[in-house]
Amino acid sequence: MTDAAVAADRREPLYKRLPVVAHIRRSVGLQRGMLLTGVVIVAVFLLLAIFAPLIAPYGFGQLRGATEAFPRQAPPSAEHLWGTTVGGYDVFSRVMWGTRTAVAVVIVAVVLSITIGVTLGLISGYLGGWLDRVLVVIADAVYAFPSLLLAIVVSIVISGGQSSLWGGIISAGISITVVYVPQYFRVVRAEATRLKAEAFVESAKVNGSSTGRIMFKHVLRNATRSLPLILTLNASEAILTLAALGFLGFGIGPTAAAEWGYDLNRALSDTASGIWWTGVFPGAAIVLMVLGITLMGESLNDLADPRLRTRRRAKRTTKARRGAEQAPTPTNDEVTA
Amino acid sequence: MSADTTTGGRSAARDERPVAVGITDLEVTFATDGGDVAAVQGVTLDVRAGEVLAIVGESGSGKTVTAKTILGLLPETAVATGAVLLSGQNVLEIGPKKVRELRGTDVAMVFQEPSTALNPVYTVGWQIAEGLRAHGKVGRKEARVKAVDILRRVGIPDPETRVDYYPHQFSGGQKQRVVIAMALVLDPSVIVADEPTTALDVTVQAEILDLLRRCRDEFGTAIVLITHNMGVVADLADRVAVMYLGKVVEQASAVELFANPQDDYTKRLLGSVPKLEARGHTQQVQPADSEVVVRARGLEIEYPGRLGRGGFQAVKGVDFTIARGEVLGLVGESGSGKTTIGRAIAGLTKVTGGSLEVLGVEMNGVHERDFKPKRADIGFVFQDPASSFNPLLTIAECVAEPLIVHGRARDARAARPRVDELLEAVQLPKSFADRYPHELSGGQRQRASLARSLALDPQLLIADEPTSALDVSVQARVLELFTELQSQLGFAALFISHDLAVVNMLADRIGVLFHGDLIESGPNDQVLGSPRQPYTQRLLASLPVPDPIEQASRRERLAELDRQAATDARTGGAA
Repeated sequence: MTDAAVAADRREPLYKRLPVVAHIRRSVGLQRGMLLTGVVIVAVFLLLAIFAPLIAPYGFGQLRGATEAFPRQAPPSAEHLWGTTVGGYDVFSRVMWGTRTAVAVVIVAVVLSITIGVTLGLISGYLGGWLDRVLVVIADAVYAFPSLLLAIVVSIVISGGQSSLWGGIISAGISITVVYVPQYFRVVRAEATRLKAEAFVESAKVNGSSTGRIMFKHVLRNATRSLPLILTLNASEAILTLAALGFLGFGIGPTAAAEWGYDLNRALSDTASGIWWTGVFPGAAIVLMVLGITLMGESLNDLADPRLRTRRRAKRTTKARRGAEQAPTPTNDEVTA
Repeated sequence: MSADTTTGGRSAARDERPVAVGITDLEVTFATDGGDVAAVQGVTLDVRAGEVLAIVGESGSGKTVTAKTILGLLPETAVATGAVLLSGQNVLEIGPKKVRELRGTDVAMVFQEPSTALNPVYTVGWQIAEGLRAHGKVGRKEARVKAVDILRRVGIPDPETRVDYYPHQFSGGQKQRVVIAMALVLDPSVIVADEPTTALDVTVQAEILDLLRRCRDEFGTAIVLITHNMGVVADLADRVAVMYLGKVVEQASAVELFANPQDDYTKRLLGSVPKLEARGHTQQVQPADSEVVVRARGLEIEYPGRLGRGGFQAVKGVDFTIARGEVLGLVGESGSGKTTIGRAIAGLTKVTGGSLEVLGVEMNGVHERDFKPKRADIGFVFQDPASSFNPLLTIAECVAEPLIVHGRARDARAARPRVDELLEAVQLPKSFADRYPHELSGGQRQRASLARSLALDPQLLIADEPTSALDVSVQARVLELFTELQSQLGFAALFISHDLAVVNMLADRIGVLFHGDLIESGPNDQVLGSPRQPYTQRLLASLPVPDPIEQASRRERLAELDRQAATDARTGGAA
């Protein structure tokens, strides 16, 4: 539906046909508000991630200024906008740099799980047979496993608990990937199984197209329409998983990169002594980013489904107006033309 | 709307029966993604007790929307103005609670697809009683008695037992009878029947039309019949309203409308209905062996069953041949195996027994590798124009696919001259090449589908119900085009259809399938002119013709055939 509806406005200029832009243009009322909020929040975080080195006054692992070491657990001040942590890190800088880590992990996780999930789903759904049955069983087994536990195990296996910047990002990304591959696999497999019986796929078969051509040219392109939705929803879950890993100590170390979950963990003991600034800001960053992505995903989902999409009410056609529009009564020739 | 045709100048003489439903100046507008759409524009109609009003028109003419307004069944996106008077109340204004009270007791609906209108997890007796319960307290016993009674009246045999059956235990025609029983149980003054026979086979259709006629005569119910089938209209309707683009273009009594249509659109609509008459150009040549394109000998096709259950034999030992340049028409009702045969010839379904030779390749146990080169010589036109094109490719890309696959062109751009040529052959404007499938109407898409199947100049074309999803006037054009291209290019064709009249227009020879057996085959005139098998005779007699007077006599002939069949069965059983 999304593709068809978006494609319907093909005569519009290109920028108006881009996925999110087209969705905003078609939305009304509360749905539009939700979508816009989500888009704005996500855009802000993306900008922060890109410009983190310019925005953050200090580095993520910096413990001392030009002359002296940072104070520990200092409350917010002009020097340290959001205060400092128990380890002497600047909270504001770490939250900004943390955006970068979060975005990088999300991108790695989403790209990996989409590539693997879609390929396996397509092969499994279109070819079927014993391979399909084996893959479905594996996917079900992964589903049944507690996802955080799985992510922890994978992260230990990959990095041995140690972490450099990219090592940490990639291992976090891969552990999240393992959890989410089955979702993409399921969705694409279901679509491929459905499309396999569609007349246009059979028509390609009658033409004598090769299996590979049918799979990639006819099935894959039609099977991807629900992916953007899972993608946004999974991105928010990926952030939560990353934060949970960091909180439990399986994430990225403070010297390799800034990571919100780790900071939250370190702030745990501060809460009792009334030091609020070390926990609130990284926590709020996690909540806001998840909220933004979820709002965007949910409203894209609603907009893509014609049954959930709200529309402007139809105007009452008044007799007078209609009469004015069609002043000359159409002759029968016009009616039947 | 041309005023003179609707203001009753030609409508039937004023009669005294009370008006069951009066629609005045109805306008319905839908909010869609593409802006507001005025689906119904100023419709004025009325139906009297004991009368059948048929609303005919093509898809998108607003006929279903008009009828649904009577029940207050419009979706939220619609805004309706005007007046729909039912039992003295305006349905558009009395609010949802009052409308709910009217439904069932004053107006009821019969849906198009009986298999989806019934809930599969409840017995039919329960579902009939549900209607009673919705309008006041009814005891369990009392409801059951009423359900049994109404089932008997709609002609379900042995209703005392079958009231406890689930929907899947009934055949399609019986399910539609149950749906009609549900509509009748509260004795409504109006029944709205939305394409009540479209999903049914032609022999079953005749029975359901008979039942609706009895509803009118015995219960005195007014019926609003929505249909696109002019034969059904001729069979059942007393009065006809023709709708086009949201307006009523003509309203007259059935006899008058068919004998003397006034509006141009009505004339065109009637003119495009395929007719069952001898064509008389059938040539009968015994083909030499080398000229045979398809030869089936004892062809059997079985669909594998589930674990522990036997398979389902869709085709049981069928013999036929298609000679070079010949059009063979296969007719039969749903489940007769006609589509399966077409798919087997195209290599989409496996042959499980006997022999099927297609272009010299034996299909029983064939490997895709051996058959692939022959695929260039086979074209296939699918039934549903909505799904037979990849929605993400333009028409030009879709038509170019076979050329690219078989190496005749490197890519869609290189294939473009040939594509343009093909589109011209099927009379589609060149500009359509860059459109996407959903931007074309059903008929245009079906013509593009024809272009695609002819791209490689095939020796054999398989057309599986290519026009059954199309409006009748569009169907006429597609069939005309098919005939023209066939005589020009001289390909052999297998034309599959459930509609005898359509097959008659195209085929040189006709084969009649019944439950997987080819029970009769021969030249066109012989099969349709003097059918030998009782089933073929029944099939022919069941087909309603668009002429109320002739249809009445055909109806009698069908009743006679039924009586004859009944006596045959009795004497046969006695012997």
